Amino acid sequence: MNSPLRAAVILFPGSNREGDVARALRQATGAPPAIVWHDDRALPEGTDLVVLPGGFSYGDYLRCGAIAARARIMDAIRAHAARGGLVLGICNGFQILCEAGLLPGVLMRNAGRRFICKMQYLRVENDATPFSRGYARGQAIKVAIAHGEGNYTVDPMGLAELERSGRVAFRYCDAAGVVGGDANPNGSMNDIAGVYNETFNVLGLMPHPENLIDPLVGGIDGRGMFRALAAA
Amino acid sequence: MKARVIVTLKPGVLDPQGKAIEGALKSLGVGGIGSVRQGKVFDIEIDAADREAANRKLAEACEKLLANTIVEDYAIDHE
Repeated sequence: MNSPLRAAVILFPGSNREGDVARALRQATGAPPAIVWHDDRALPEGTDLVVLPGGFSYGDYLRCGAIAARARIMDAIRAHAARGGLVLGICNGFQILCEAGLLPGVLMRNAGRRFICKMQYLRVENDATPFSRGYARGQAIKVAIAHGEGNYTVDPMGLAELERSGRVAFRYCDAAGVVGGDANPNGSMNDIAGVYNETFNVLGLMPHPENLIDPLVGGIDGRGMFRALAAA
Repeated sequence: MKARVIVTLKPGVLDPQGKAIEGALKSLGVGGIGSVRQGKVFDIEIDAADREAANRKLAEACEKLLANTIVEDYAIDHE
């Protein structure tokens, strides 16, 4: 595709990372994304990428992401995904995608009960998708996490299917790329930090790559994702 | 009519909140506490011809929103 990536960031009541992701997209694509209100029925014409940003949509009422997942714009996002359009859900956006049934599983309360806000390494498990081509498989990237409900849980058959089909996008790891033990911050099954849908055009992840795009804040490992998307 | 929907975590699903409450009760010296699981209660006013019709609507409400059936079960009670 030669025309620049056209991105739309969905704004729900209680979203709070839309500015961060807009900055990352602007840096990578040269253009600001459209900001789309949750109660709209349609995405802007020609949207290539939909981003569900982090935050606390509807104050995390009922379950994280549960009410946002039933917002009016979600039908348009479902249709966009069914057409093969790209969808990225970050943190609360990941929770929304799971609640909407666009990704399998559910994000439960962190096993340690606490809200966790810190730098975290991730191991890239699949480097062949529009989101991850800027990374190398097995590479450890440093990003940020900030969540209370990031404990990825899925039924045993669903977990086996994710593993078998290469749909685990990222796993929590230490700086050396070693997965397991204390490197898992929240109790997620198989150390899963992010997953793809069956056709690899929908990605949900708990960590925040959009916050690691400027050396000023401690690293630029997040740029790889947005550059890869810009080149998609 | 009035109905009560109770949503609980399925057996075996980790419940850190329940664990924390269980620990607090034990530390308060409340005797005999074995374990605690936390759930949710929804008191709902619903228009329906009869109880069966209400149950159908409430089950729909649970499946569509009130419960995440991957990890939660629901039960419907009437007053």
